[in-house]
Amino acid sequence: MTIDHAERLEDLIAAARREVEQAADLRALDAVRVAYLGKKGRLTERLKALGQLPAEERPAAGQAINQAKQEVREAIDLRRQALDAKALDDRLAADRVDVTLPGRGERPGGLHPVTRTLERMESLFASMGFRVAEGPEIEDDYHNFEALNIPAHHPARAMHDTFYFDATRLLRTHTSPVQIRVMENEGVPVRVIAPGRVYRCDSDMTHTPMFHQVEGLLVDEGISFADLKGALHDFAREFFEKDLAVRFRPSYFPFTEPSAEMDVQCVHCGGDGCRVCGRSGWLEVLGCGMVHPRVFEYCGVDSERYTGYAFGMGVERLTMLRYGVDDLRIFFENDLQFLQQFR
Amino acid sequence: MRISVDWLKSLLPVPDDAATLADRLTMAGLEVDALESAAPGFTGVIVARIESCEPHPDADRLRVCRVRGGNGAIQVVCGAANARSGLRAALALPGAMLPDNREIRISSVRGVESNGMLCSARELGLGDDASGLLELTEDAVPGQDLREYLGLDDQLIEVDLTPNRGDCLGMLGVAREVSALTGVDLHFPMPAAVPPVIEAGVHIRLEAPAACPRYVGRVIRGVDTSAATPMWMQERLRRAGIRSLGPVVDVTNYVMLELGQPMHAFDRDCIDGGIVVRLARPGESLELLNGDTVDLTPETLVIADHRRPVALAGIMGGEGSAVTGSTRDILLESAFFAPAAVAGRARGYGLHTDSSHRFERGVDPALQVVAAERATALILEIAGGEPGSVVEAVEATNLPSPRRVRLRASRIRHLLGMAIPQETVEGVLGRLGLGVQGGPDEWQVEVPAYRFDITIEADLIEELARVHGYDRIPERHPATPVTVAPQPEARVSLSRIRQYLVARGFHEVVNYAFVDRRSQELLDPDWTPVPLANPLSVELAVMRTSLLPGLLGSLRRNQNRQQERLRLFETGLRFRGTLDDLEQDPVLAGVIAGSAEPEQWGVARRTVDFFDLKGVVEGLADLRGAGPALQYTAQPHPALHPGQSARIDDGERACGWLGALHPRVERELDLQGPVFVFEMALGAVQTGEVPRYAGLSRFPSIRRDLALVVDDGVPEAQIRTAIRRSAGEILQKIVLFDVYRGKGVAEGARSLGIGLILQDFSRTLTDGECDDAVARVVADLERDFGARLRG
Repeated sequence: MTIDHAERLEDLIAAARREVEQAADLRALDAVRVAYLGKKGRLTERLKALGQLPAEERPAAGQAINQAKQEVREAIDLRRQALDAKALDDRLAADRVDVTLPGRGERPGGLHPVTRTLERMESLFASMGFRVAEGPEIEDDYHNFEALNIPAHHPARAMHDTFYFDATRLLRTHTSPVQIRVMENEGVPVRVIAPGRVYRCDSDMTHTPMFHQVEGLLVDEGISFADLKGALHDFAREFFEKDLAVRFRPSYFPFTEPSAEMDVQCVHCGGDGCRVCGRSGWLEVLGCGMVHPRVFEYCGVDSERYTGYAFGMGVERLTMLRYGVDDLRIFFENDLQFLQQFR
Repeated sequence: MRISVDWLKSLLPVPDDAATLADRLTMAGLEVDALESAAPGFTGVIVARIESCEPHPDADRLRVCRVRGGNGAIQVVCGAANARSGLRAALALPGAMLPDNREIRISSVRGVESNGMLCSARELGLGDDASGLLELTEDAVPGQDLREYLGLDDQLIEVDLTPNRGDCLGMLGVAREVSALTGVDLHFPMPAAVPPVIEAGVHIRLEAPAACPRYVGRVIRGVDTSAATPMWMQERLRRAGIRSLGPVVDVTNYVMLELGQPMHAFDRDCIDGGIVVRLARPGESLELLNGDTVDLTPETLVIADHRRPVALAGIMGGEGSAVTGSTRDILLESAFFAPAAVAGRARGYGLHTDSSHRFERGVDPALQVVAAERATALILEIAGGEPGSVVEAVEATNLPSPRRVRLRASRIRHLLGMAIPQETVEGVLGRLGLGVQGGPDEWQVEVPAYRFDITIEADLIEELARVHGYDRIPERHPATPVTVAPQPEARVSLSRIRQYLVARGFHEVVNYAFVDRRSQELLDPDWTPVPLANPLSVELAVMRTSLLPGLLGSLRRNQNRQQERLRLFETGLRFRGTLDDLEQDPVLAGVIAGSAEPEQWGVARRTVDFFDLKGVVEGLADLRGAGPALQYTAQPHPALHPGQSARIDDGERACGWLGALHPRVERELDLQGPVFVFEMALGAVQTGEVPRYAGLSRFPSIRRDLALVVDDGVPEAQIRTAIRRSAGEILQKIVLFDVYRGKGVAEGARSLGIGLILQDFSRTLTDGECDDAVARVVADLERDFGARLRG
């Protein structure tokens, strides 16, 4: 093999640099590397040919060749980095997606609006120290009526269109029997709410045969109507997240005395009078009162020592007011178009 | 109860306008439903007298009337059948505006000039009667403005009375209440006695004195039942919503409105002998005034003569003894029926009358003689007649008597959270008609019998609070509770369960707890549902023993509304057993149908299958924490696909079902299948464990994959249990990554691709240890299940 020692090393480097620059991709670049630095590469051959030089020239020539190899290697590395970067850029460009396309996978469903309201009510009352109590939906006459001071033939029974199973068993018409069961089982003091389903034999535009109530009961020593007013006003304000005025009107429930209905300032018109509040500026939202001494008597509670308040509110009513739903019956149609609005 | 403000003002000088009064009543617990005018707006209508009435020359049905309306007579064409000479009627003059915004003009009716219009009650908005002219009585002065004559510029307050306030079902009671609320004194002169002029009594026997302790009767002979009820009385009746039915009935109704005492009048000639107030006897029936004949139940109190029942006591009179146009002699009834004797009876007969409404709530037991005298005076004034003496039968021991109730100032403070000054206490109770003695710390309060709602101290405190004003009671804000409520962490909250399902794309639904028997039987035939005695309809007739009927109803409704992909869940009680042995347990149920994934451009559409829903259920079980897993066992269920139904067990206890709905059931329920459902006892899902930290291994894990060929009949869960047992403690996890049937695997067998993840807590496992574990597993599976490694 002959080596053109006459070819100047500088020209060889220049030629290598040229070829490196011209290498369009990693494969071409590697071919350049092999051509100059490979086992039979031109610079490698030069190094092998050192032996042919006189001994005194060898160190300098060797150093020069190694220097040249180093330069070529660096050029190749630089070029490789550039080509790597370009290859990555090209690949990334090809992987570009339309970020506005919709994503994949499950999306959340939603809670029924009544549940949403119930959970909200439960958590508000929990923060006031009320825990949740439950009772059966198929009740007996005693707990649903009698122990609540509603004897047979009481006119108040006419206000409860009751579903019966037989002479003494019925679907509870309100959540108030839970008051009785809680006091019977746990005694007093007590601070509970009883959310649940209730039933009345009535169905038209504004009545469904099943609906939801939340009952509340707080019994302790020294509880007065003032406590009732404070707690329920606090509840209304936090439930509606508005500093609404409330008013308490005298009313009648056989199981409370005194009894009241609480109205809140219309959430729709702010009290000016509108379609929602029937132009009165007020919305009736709940019934309440001080536990009737006779109810305490039925539950074996000393009504001289203990006093307490009870309240009951319609969950659908509050849900409608909160979310602007104007049709009661739609709650039980379970139309997805409706449900999807309460994610 | 509809209150005429003008009538009220005739009883006491009300200081308020109608709107203020309405507000005051509402805030005192007499909730006002409506405030309206006594008559719609109209102008230019006067009282007129028809002087003559001639046939129209050109129309058979029309008459040409000469009408005098004050000065001079004018000619009016009229089509009413009751137009007649001498009649006083309402005349709309040219320029008059009627309630329907019709303006009256001079016109020509078939060639005859008409200078106004004679009006019917309907045309003036004073009733529904359009059959003829509104007939006015003799006291109407021609030329007087009709609104002025009838006092139509009156306001009506409709009050929705609570059942405890029977005392306000008469104007006298309302006036008493308004007096207490406004501080204005009420001076109502009690009607004077009308002395008898004839010897005519009636024999009265009280056979059920607890139910009827007082019965007052009075005979009036020679009554002219054709006499016209005066317009003022007709108007007051009309404003209360009561139709005029002749002088005698009108007077009894009027006295009821005025005093709150329901009354009745019999035709004396139709009463055989005297009056017996007794319970109905077996087999008796009675034809009522409304034309219905009712079979009397033995707990019904009736008014009978000496032969048969003549009225349902306190509810409705009988047709056979009613006052008619030919009646001459009447017997007035004014009685006290105990609320307990009347309550519920009317409803039992499908009736609800002004009378039963009042007696059920309590009528003043001291009022019967007064009411009889008042009615007598009015009847004599309107229809003449000669009264006999007032006959009163009374069993005084059974009459409600005034009560004495103790009232303590300390208790007022205690119950209301506010003190009420002594003079306010005494003033308020006094104006309500209660007798007050004592004070300032304790009073003895005498409660008149008509306040049936006041029997205990709390009732008095309510009276004070509502008259004084609930708005004056301060608000006190809840003190922090002294005890901390328990929060069992092991219990998975319902809220978390719901949130999990929502995150997995489910929508919550709420259905009625009563369903139709057919879908109930179809979906849960093993339980006989409890039926309602009085269902609203056959669709809502039995209590659900499973949530599936309701849930699948929701599915169907949404499928019918073009919803293709549905994931719904519900929680609630199911009712299983008999009334005497009933379980009312909370359950959780879910259903999926349609596409497995939301439709998306990059995902091929796939229909849901069993394992889509099983994954959801397994996730539910994961919420319970690290405790024992639920087990799934293939078992047929009458509503489910026989090859795709699993019983879910929690240890020893079955807790639910999971599966594909049977295609036959899908068809019956008109569902687009396949539909997959689950239902589980909520208690099982909620029973979890508090997490317990088990440490972390710092050593590498090693995975070994096996392909095992096993007989098709071997449930995969058994293989997994066996692997866990054989591999020992170093087995961290098993992954089933493939299930294969087909080429290369014998018929009746399948190949399971199982990855074993092995790891030790104290050192790095050697290949040898892993090999040993795998070899153990393979050997045991071969021995127990005939499993072979796939070649």
